[in-house]
Amino acid sequence: MAELTGRIHSIESFGTLDGPGVRFVVFLQGCPLRCAYCHNPDSQAPGGGRSVTIAELFREIDSCRNFIRRGGVTLSGGEPLLQPEFAAALLRRCRSGGYHTALDTAGSLPLEHSREALDAADLILLDIKALDDALCRQLTGRGNAETLATLDYCEAAGKPVWIRHVLVPGLTMDSGALSALGRFLNPYRCIRRVELLPYHKLGVFKWERLGLTDPLADTPEPSPEEVRHAEASFHSGYRR
Amino acid sequence: MDQNVLKNTAWKGFAPGVWMDEVNVRSFIQKNYTLYEGDESFLAGVSEKTAKVWEKCNALIIEEIKKGIIDVETDIISGIDNFAPGYIDKDNEVIVGLQTDAPLKRIVNLYGGLRMAQSSLKQYGYTLNPDIEKKFHEYRKTHNEGVFDAYPERVRAARHAGLLTGLPDAYGRGRIIGDYRRVPLYGVDFLLAEKKRAKKEMVIDVMDSDHIRRREEIAEQIKALEELKEMAAKYGFDISRPATDTREAIQWLYFAYLAAVKEQNGAAMSIGRISTFLDCYAERDLESGRYTESEIQELVDHFIMKLRIVRFLRTPAYDELFSGDPTWITESLGGMSLDGRHMVTKMSYRFLHTLVNLGPAPEPNLTVLWSERLPENFKNFCAEISIATSSIQYENDDLMRVKFGDDYGIACCVSAMRIGKQMQFFGARCNLAKALLYAINGGRDVKYDNLQVGPAIPLLAGDEYLNYDEVMRNFDEITDWLSKLYIDTLNIIHYMHDKYCYERIEMALHDEEIVRTMAGGIAGLSVLTDSLSAIKYARVRPIRNAAGLACDFEIEGDFPKFGNNDDRVDRIAVEIVKGFEKKLASHYAYRKSRPTMSILTITSNVMYGKKTASTPDGRKAGEPFAPGANPMHGRDVNGAVASLKSVAKLPYDYAEDGISYTFSIVPDSLGRSTREKRENLISLLDGYFSEGGHHLNVNVLQREMLLDAMDHPEKYPQLTIRVSGYAVNFIKLTREQQLDVVNRTFHKRF
Repeated sequence: MAELTGRIHSIESFGTLDGPGVRFVVFLQGCPLRCAYCHNPDSQAPGGGRSVTIAELFREIDSCRNFIRRGGVTLSGGEPLLQPEFAAALLRRCRSGGYHTALDTAGSLPLEHSREALDAADLILLDIKALDDALCRQLTGRGNAETLATLDYCEAAGKPVWIRHVLVPGLTMDSGALSALGRFLNPYRCIRRVELLPYHKLGVFKWERLGLTDPLADTPEPSPEEVRHAEASFHSGYRR
Repeated sequence: MDQNVLKNTAWKGFAPGVWMDEVNVRSFIQKNYTLYEGDESFLAGVSEKTAKVWEKCNALIIEEIKKGIIDVETDIISGIDNFAPGYIDKDNEVIVGLQTDAPLKRIVNLYGGLRMAQSSLKQYGYTLNPDIEKKFHEYRKTHNEGVFDAYPERVRAARHAGLLTGLPDAYGRGRIIGDYRRVPLYGVDFLLAEKKRAKKEMVIDVMDSDHIRRREEIAEQIKALEELKEMAAKYGFDISRPATDTREAIQWLYFAYLAAVKEQNGAAMSIGRISTFLDCYAERDLESGRYTESEIQELVDHFIMKLRIVRFLRTPAYDELFSGDPTWITESLGGMSLDGRHMVTKMSYRFLHTLVNLGPAPEPNLTVLWSERLPENFKNFCAEISIATSSIQYENDDLMRVKFGDDYGIACCVSAMRIGKQMQFFGARCNLAKALLYAINGGRDVKYDNLQVGPAIPLLAGDEYLNYDEVMRNFDEITDWLSKLYIDTLNIIHYMHDKYCYERIEMALHDEEIVRTMAGGIAGLSVLTDSLSAIKYARVRPIRNAAGLACDFEIEGDFPKFGNNDDRVDRIAVEIVKGFEKKLASHYAYRKSRPTMSILTITSNVMYGKKTASTPDGRKAGEPFAPGANPMHGRDVNGAVASLKSVAKLPYDYAEDGISYTFSIVPDSLGRSTREKRENLISLLDGYFSEGGHHLNVNVLQREMLLDAMDHPEKYPQLTIRVSGYAVNFIKLTREQQLDVVNRTFHKRF
């Protein structure tokens, strides 16, 4: 049997923001979403990046063992679930190597595709773009039904989840919507942490480099004050 | 003094050991230190006296930043007992002593070189008392004169072309650590008696120059110890006897160090490994109720203030190399004992805590000897202070302890040596990236009018791509020649330094039989490595000047770059290090010293780059090299761990004088919460050192803040950053060096 290969966009050997501890983050190539605030638009096209085998990639990860043994490995993207077999196999390989594994996903693919990979991860970093389905479509080109189904699956399976939600001025920072999101998430026992991530403009140059028009060219980064306000709104609904 | 008397006075309560019969500070420490595993909650804040003295001190430091210099003593020259006592605020100082009679007033040292001293004075608008100048000129030769009398023509050419740079042929060599702890533990009279006995008992077969020099040196050491006593007496202290409590221990130790910085202006005047030693006194005093924790912290704070205002008179040329007025008062903290106990004490915390009580500062150069087995609380505290101040460097105790035991200290940035038992002949560094260009260009330098600096080996001619094997063959020939030239040069320098500018008091605080190393260094490792990788894995075509020499290069295709944990290229770096070290070690070195090698540039990576033409890795003429063993900035694209992994592959066994890596990260990229940031930094340190990495400077900074500080220095008087092997006030760097720091890889994720 030919060895399983996948396409990766890049790696970050000192990931400190995508799961607990120091993590080796593999960014998989390709994404079904077209988020207006994407900071890695060069990871969207499924044919880009470079091709690697599980064995090659694991060798690279494992050579960093002394740094990541208290952290682990995170698969991010792109959307890692766009290569579900590869993602699942890589997660399993890392797990059997003794690593804590995390999957950073928007959960936007049907469960029958993604279940195997979800099962192989110790932690799911689930990015909920918007609770309102229409707004989600506006922001990403797709609705949020699959994302919410993924969350339900994790809840049923008792799989730990960190929720992520990007705060974009004028789009996802409405206090009513944030409070509603908080109320919605409140009953899920699988949620261990919620990260509200302020939109930033650090990826803007990539849109230009790709010859694309940045849809949020006129959108500013939220001020610290606005971020504090948004957090308060969310926590008025999310009471843990 | 009789040992039985001492046991009931100065040594009362200390556990006995061989240290009571002979000078053996390690034995004292091992028998008497108290391990501390708690957290930082015991630490005391700023006392009233500390606040008062520091306010005055700080005002002077800020004034000095504006003016460049506060004052110079022009009527007296360097010497242990040449200056009247000086104070900052006599009523409030609990530890006293200044280099001259006023704070920040600098000393002129003429023994290193008259011309150098004159040019330093001129730079700041001072003139030396003409009488001194005349006498010195007529009656006394200097180190610098001696060196230039003996230099062969080929050395001058290599210096001119920047193949050898930063050599201590015009300034004090430094990197010698006196065992300053001996003075508080034994008192000067005990040490004097030991030196006199040693001189008397010296067995000599043939009275040759080697032995004559040794006898003369001990005689000088004895005189220096007498002067040390006199100097302390002027401040009202009798240090002929041992110290009896913490205050005296710190004061005696400081007098010993002060004597060294009154006499010498060595490039690095490191202080050794004093904190755990001092803690033995502090524990005894806390136990007996003699001092409270606040009083002990006050003593430490005052001592550190003194170290912060040690100054030397430097030339503009020196500043261009080693910018920011560094003194490298390196203190080594923590580490493990040979019997497996850690050596963290409350005093390790108190020293680090001065960065909180007095704010961040580049000096003293606080160096944590890291082991994975250090207590978690201490690791946490270090990480916290690093994140807040960017003022700490870390070195791998597990790596060094095997070679140097558990009573070594770091001289300058990364050079480990057994305290009081070992010294080095500092050798600055040679430019290996330039050596590669000589290998391609038949020993000629396109940056210096095609001057024939190296041997006239065959030119790699033609318009075709460079051939890896041919380049390597020539590089081997050039480095054969270069390693010999380099050691020859150092032999001359250190012969003359011993002769005309001997470190009397520092050597008085050493054993008579010592180990000497001759520390060569290399600059441009990552430039050379990437260049060879480009030649091997891509295609590199030389662009030729009118003389047919390669003055620039065209690269076709991609190639692996150092700093990405890619063995294809990392192996090249390893081979370079091994190869050049072996060449250095094959030559005869002065006083039978053992040649070693460092991969450390301090801030001279900028100067080296300036003097080096375009290189085959795509670096353009004049652009800076990476500092120390760092990968070239922007080329390490797989994150910090991959970058550290590459550097950790460099073999310490072949670079025993140290391998420096400077790591900069923006705070938000270390993690989200304060706790996560701390833990992730600890994981990084544990990981790097368990991989065999040697040294790590940690900067946690926003690039925007540095840019702002370049334009508004007045807003950032205490902004401290770590550069290769030392910390520096960012605003004291030259603009070129500031830009180099800002342009370096800042690990950042989004």
